[in-house]
Amino acid sequence: MLEIKNLAKSYDTRTIFKNMNLTVNDGEVLSIVGPSGIGKTTFLRIVAGLLPANDGEMILNGEALDLTGDRTGAQVGVIFQDFNLFPQYTVKDNVMLAPQLVHHETKAEAAENADRLLQDLGLTAQADQYPFQLSGGQKQRVAIARALAMKPGILAYDEPTSGLDAESTERVIAVIKQLQAQGVTQLVVTHDLPFAEAVADKTFDFGTDVER
Amino acid sequence: MEYMLQIMPSLLSGLKMTFGVFALTLIGSVPLGILVALALKSDIYLLRWVTNAYIWVMRGTPLLLQIVFVYYGLSLAHIVTLPRFEAAVVTFILNYAAYFAEIFRGGLQSVPQGQYDGAKVLGLTRWQTMRKIVLPQVVKIVMPSVGNEVVTLVKDSSLVYVIGLGDLMRAGNIAASRDVTLMPYLLVGLLYLLLTALATVIQRRVETKMNYYR
Repeated sequence: MLEIKNLAKSYDTRTIFKNMNLTVNDGEVLSIVGPSGIGKTTFLRIVAGLLPANDGEMILNGEALDLTGDRTGAQVGVIFQDFNLFPQYTVKDNVMLAPQLVHHETKAEAAENADRLLQDLGLTAQADQYPFQLSGGQKQRVAIARALAMKPGILAYDEPTSGLDAESTERVIAVIKQLQAQGVTQLVVTHDLPFAEAVADKTFDFGTDVER
Repeated sequence: MEYMLQIMPSLLSGLKMTFGVFALTLIGSVPLGILVALALKSDIYLLRWVTNAYIWVMRGTPLLLQIVFVYYGLSLAHIVTLPRFEAAVVTFILNYAAYFAEIFRGGLQSVPQGQYDGAKVLGLTRWQTMRKIVLPQVVKIVMPSVGNEVVTLVKDSSLVYVIGLGDLMRAGNIAASRDVTLMPYLLVGLLYLLLTALATVIQRRVETKMNYYR
């Protein structure tokens, strides 16, 4: 379960948001919607530990997470809009790298987990390919596999449908539902309302549900 | 032909000196250049200031002058007296490291922020991010510019003549003025061309090898 309490972010005198409160229960999909430029990505980067918050708390499965921008570990799995795959590694190595470096899994363990994740996400045939050889939808699923390999407490997506065609969008909806069925807690930041409707149990409207 | 064979031994011994300066400079200046490039991105103001000043001096004065300064100047000032070869190699390393640092800095800047973000959310430390994610990409990005510097270095090594080191150029000079002929220069030119061709072939091989991803 993810709980966010009184979260606030401002730059100098400009308040992006304040007193933001939300809860995502285990296995739930929460979508965060709102027009572009309203601070959704800023919020996601704070959740990801990439940006400091000015105030507030973030508790994931009972553990308070750092909000100063100096977080260590991979408690929050992030699927970036541009995926940020590592171009010099194969799909499988992208998935295997962090578990070995951070969780000190053996190569065999990491490989076994990667094989399973890639199979789950329909990427077995792409395991030995490089990111530049993949379609947008495939890259996104690699990013999901890479994040899941770290066994995060929650998966957070930034605009997962941007740049995807209708077919790939259907596919990512299916993936999110499949992960939900496996009990993965997910947070989806999007401006695509039909998509949010299709995947989410709950919707948080960044336009009306936060203070500024 | 007979004359060519006659002067070849002295030219080859000069070539050995040229190659020695070249190889040692490369071995020393590439790692130093990486360190300087990282220092340029450091959070410590003083470190950034010092490395910027170092690069300014090294790129802002002639290499020839730097060689003279390190060999004669440091000795006259009673700081340190280095043997000729060591003085030359130290100067070349310091000079080339400054150029390499600028190349590597550019390479570091062209790795997108997203790569750092991707590594951070996976829990990689800063050092792991550098070693496993960023530096391998930098190597690919900088290879063409590094190859260019390497070719320049082959030719710049001829500047060691100024402190009396017997390199290829000097061997050619001696033979040319002794025998009053331009033939030695022709041979010297051919030998430099061979060296730079070799460097270019190696560079192309490395680039091809790294072309497995985009």
